[in-house]
Amino acid sequence: MTDTSGLKLTAVAISLAGRELIALDTRVACGEVLTVMGPSGSGKSTLLAYIGGFLDPVFSARGSVQVDGQDMTTLAAEERHAGILFQDPLLFPHLDVADNIALAIPETNGSRRDRRRMALLALSAAGLDGYGDRDPHTLSGGEKARVALQRVLMSKPRLLLLDEPFSKLDAGLRAQMRTLVFSTARAAGLPVVLVTHDEADAVAAGGAIHRVGDDL
Amino acid sequence: MAQALRRSKLSAHRGLVHGGGLSLARLAPPLTLVVLVGPLLFGLAGTLLPAFGYLPALGGTTFTTRHFETLASTPGIVRSVLTSILAGVVATFLSLAVIAGFIAGHLDSPIFARMRQLISPLLAVPHAAAAFGLAFLIAPSGFLMRLVSPWLTGLDRPPDLLIVNDPMALTMVAGLVVKEIPFLFLVALAALPQLRHGDMMRLGRSLGYGRVASFAYLVWQPLYRQIRLAVFAVVAYATSVVDVALILGPHLPPTLPVRLIEWMNDPEIAMRYLASAGAILQLGATLAALLIWLLIERVASLVTGFLRGRGRRLRRDGAVRGFALAFMALSALVVFGGIAVLALWSFAGLWQFPDALPRDFTARTWTSVLQRISGPLITTFWVGLISTAIAVVLTILCLEREYETGRGRGQRSLALIYLPLIVPQISFIFGLQILAISFGIDAGGASLVLAHLVFVLPYVFLSLSDPWRSHDPRYDQIAAGLGLSRWRALLRVRLPILLRAILTAAAVGFAVSVGQYLPTVLIGAGRLETVTTEAVALAAGGNRRVIGVYAFLQTLLPFLAFAIATGLPGLLFRNRRGLRV
Amino acid sequence: MRTLPSLAAAASLFGLAFVSAAVAADPDPEDWPKVLEAARGQTVYFNAWGGAENINSYIDWAGEQVKERFGVTVVHVKLDDTANAVAKVVAEKAAGKIEGGSVDLIWINGENFASMKRQELLLSPGWATALPNWSYVDYETKPTILTDFTIPTEGLESPWGGAKLVFFHDTARTPAASMPKSSADLLAWAKDNPGRFSYPQPPDFIGSSFLKQVLSEVMIDKAKLSGPVNDATFAEDVAPLFAHLDALHPLLWRGGKAYPQNYPAMKQKLADGELDIIFAFNPSEASAAIAAGELPDTVRSFTYTAGTLGNTHFVAIPFNAKAKAGALVLADFLISPEAQARKQDPKVWGDPTVLSLGKLGETDRALFAGLELGVATLKPDELGPALDEPHPDWMERIEGEWLKRYGAAN
Repeated sequence: MTDTSGLKLTAVAISLAGRELIALDTRVACGEVLTVMGPSGSGKSTLLAYIGGFLDPVFSARGSVQVDGQDMTTLAAEERHAGILFQDPLLFPHLDVADNIALAIPETNGSRRDRRRMALLALSAAGLDGYGDRDPHTLSGGEKARVALQRVLMSKPRLLLLDEPFSKLDAGLRAQMRTLVFSTARAAGLPVVLVTHDEADAVAAGGAIHRVGDDL
Repeated sequence: MAQALRRSKLSAHRGLVHGGGLSLARLAPPLTLVVLVGPLLFGLAGTLLPAFGYLPALGGTTFTTRHFETLASTPGIVRSVLTSILAGVVATFLSLAVIAGFIAGHLDSPIFARMRQLISPLLAVPHAAAAFGLAFLIAPSGFLMRLVSPWLTGLDRPPDLLIVNDPMALTMVAGLVVKEIPFLFLVALAALPQLRHGDMMRLGRSLGYGRVASFAYLVWQPLYRQIRLAVFAVVAYATSVVDVALILGPHLPPTLPVRLIEWMNDPEIAMRYLASAGAILQLGATLAALLIWLLIERVASLVTGFLRGRGRRLRRDGAVRGFALAFMALSALVVFGGIAVLALWSFAGLWQFPDALPRDFTARTWTSVLQRISGPLITTFWVGLISTAIAVVLTILCLEREYETGRGRGQRSLALIYLPLIVPQISFIFGLQILAISFGIDAGGASLVLAHLVFVLPYVFLSLSDPWRSHDPRYDQIAAGLGLSRWRALLRVRLPILLRAILTAAAVGFAVSVGQYLPTVLIGAGRLETVTTEAVALAAGGNRRVIGVYAFLQTLLPFLAFAIATGLPGLLFRNRRGLRV
Repeated sequence: MRTLPSLAAAASLFGLAFVSAAVAADPDPEDWPKVLEAARGQTVYFNAWGGAENINSYIDWAGEQVKERFGVTVVHVKLDDTANAVAKVVAEKAAGKIEGGSVDLIWINGENFASMKRQELLLSPGWATALPNWSYVDYETKPTILTDFTIPTEGLESPWGGAKLVFFHDTARTPAASMPKSSADLLAWAKDNPGRFSYPQPPDFIGSSFLKQVLSEVMIDKAKLSGPVNDATFAEDVAPLFAHLDALHPLLWRGGKAYPQNYPAMKQKLADGELDIIFAFNPSEASAAIAAGELPDTVRSFTYTAGTLGNTHFVAIPFNAKAKAGALVLADFLISPEAQARKQDPKVWGDPTVLSLGKLGETDRALFAGLELGVATLKPDELGPALDEPHPDWMERIEGEWLKRYGAAN
């Protein structure tokens, strides 16, 4: 019996103007982390874009992306449920903190008020009690990062894409967030793809490492 | 299209929004091009054929170059053309020099922020109103001379000096410059945030370059690249402007566009051939002005390159900074001062030279105008509102489509959006009028809205595309990752974040619609009257009091639009510091 | 969605002019009750110069009256130049729109009328003389009602008001006795007072009229003016005119390097003290301006001893008008004694009537007698002789010649 759970990348290759940037054929089990490492400009982020479904059309890509046995390659970005975290928390500036999270909760989950209540609960769980009505701009860097993480989780993602999510945090906070993100993903049983140029990230992630751009 | 429809129905059935972007957005670029380029091509054809003698209604059924020969032998035609070209190029150069000097010398200073706040009211003042204001200020019998007479000048009668309508068109150039400065400043402000200008300026100054030099060497080139199209539009506008030239321009001979209007209005209907040929000449004149402008660009970049190559620090740039600030302030002062004098005239009873103030004040002009202004006001309002709404929706869908297909692609064809800004209005509006009648399109609201859309859309696109393109796409990627459909992501995330930019673009579009004269008169067949058609008709009567009232009303509507564009986001997002400018 | 037709298709649009179609029968003014019946409910688009608030108000009033009395709605299409309306009719004819046109009634005279008549753009046969109120019109002593700039009107346009060239000056600055009594006098006055006189730049209507006034005075063989220009002798015929202008121009306001745009601009310049003598085609214009606070109450009028130009302005119906019956009703109302008396009131407009007071009944005559004409308005017997307008050909030719000589001269 073949195990189809987790993320499966089959013969994925991305190139720009005929030059291959990245080629990969691997599987990331639920709760595991695949770390993609490479210098900036190596095109490692395009892998996340390809998996997430928003690769810029200037790149050409082939290969299939499967999650839990379902082929994602032809799905639109919003149907892939690939939660993503960038190095900036990118909280929506026009919404308060609770609505940032409420917006992520699938529409099938009750009324507007229900979802807001769920968002407030999620904030409490993240130790951000009473932050619901705050303007995201007034939060500290660590608080923003935690809200961003809660936002992704509440959208019920099927996998997690991390694009150097810790690189802008200061050293103390960075270790703390690493632990939080990876343990949360493991607890939720999500396959994770992490793109980074920080060896410490890879060590903390503890999974397989794929290096790109070294031989160029 | 049928396929797209079927698909969206299917996906609705499944309770999911299917991917592949917004099918509506796919239609937007071609639709936009048809709406814009269609009238333009038809209009040009409608001008080109009579220019070559083909207008069966007047018996012209054979093609001939006779009308161009007549045009060439028209007295003073060369001078008219040269004045148009030079005035356009000089006005553009001066406006651009002032804003470049001002940005270079005062970027991020308190006075810069102050000027930024003045832009909207300055933009709201229509060209004609600003021109009248300028004339009332600086004419020998104008307000400034009254202020100093007779106690300083000893004059109890105005001196016989040719200031307004001077043969060199200097007053006309001044009138154009004071109105183009705020426009170019607005466009530059929209482009600046993408350039990381703060870092660049700091870098330049840390290398020992003066502010102006840092700006010229490091920021100007990328900035100019961003605003180049708008500059071309200014060149085209300034070479083909009618109302400003009519009010401030030379008389003997007038500039080419003014003569065109005279020919088109000539009771001798055969003059239409000459007018059509002249409209084609105007097209050539505008092209020539643009070519000269390209040459100026080349020379300017050579000079900057030379100075930069020599490493000239140019640290003593106080004079440049001072002049730029002075001109910037002066231009704002002229526009506001002119409007204030117009306002004074609108309440004036008898006001003779050299009285600095009217002998008595009366509301008579206002009461008589207000009695019948409601109709035109309402028409102005809804035509502007609908054409702006369509323009904003089309622009957003086009930009959304551009985002979906990736930047760079489709750009070339969308550059056609700016065509109506480059092709002189006068060169295709008359042909368009024949077209409208030929299709049996009555002087209805729909055709007027469409005619306005041709000019509103490019300005809305021009104003909105920069902020839209510089919006961080990662917000959309996050939204998609959260499972939001394109529509929801657009409505819940992108549009609210860009609300300020969208409303500003809408206000610009609305102001453009309010200011339209030629298309309104010709396509609206005079039956649909706006504040502007009323204003120009009454301006023909030259009554300063009535002009004062209309200029005020003409300014009021765009001003309200700009006030909403500034105030509404501030109110909606009053607790959202991330959205402050 | 309509696809974009090619240029060739656009070209074929112009061919539409050849298409002819049967036109619905035009209303017959001889059968007036039937005209009134057809007019009820129609909307008349009255294309008239909209540059003066007082005239616009008057047209609004007339519209309200015909709405109330005959159920005809009047929309005043405000033009900045009458030729725009002519152009619209031309464009419609070019496009083959031979009925349901957008212009129902035009305020017109002279050159525009000649042009429309020549191109058969007017409702014909003549209808004006069949209007019920025509019986009051003074065509006997006002020949300009039957010949508009020497072109026979043939009932293709209905008179609306009279016009006579009148000069204004401010007695507070210039004594009445010093005012010129002829064009030659005016030239002499300008020599003594350089920079204080000008005229609107042709082809402005008032400006061109000034040229015709001079021409009518200085031309050797004045009889030639009643016919079209003779190319062979034109240069010789107008030589005295241009000799006069050559002498006058250096003495003009701004040395003749710029001109006032039109009459209202001259009026403003009289108030500003830039000009000392101005002129208009409406004798009560100065009184109206005093009443409106635009001119000081020391302004007075004068004319030339040997006469000044006089003419009549009219309304005409385009051949393709949509609301012809309504246009006839409005045209008839405009020459009713009530409308004419109101129009002559300087507080309303001050435009001289085209009616003969002798043809009116007691009460109607009283309407006119009761009018306060104003301090600056000359009485009918003080206006002096009226000179006939030359054939429109002359106006066009001297405008062209003027442009050639002075239009690009500096």
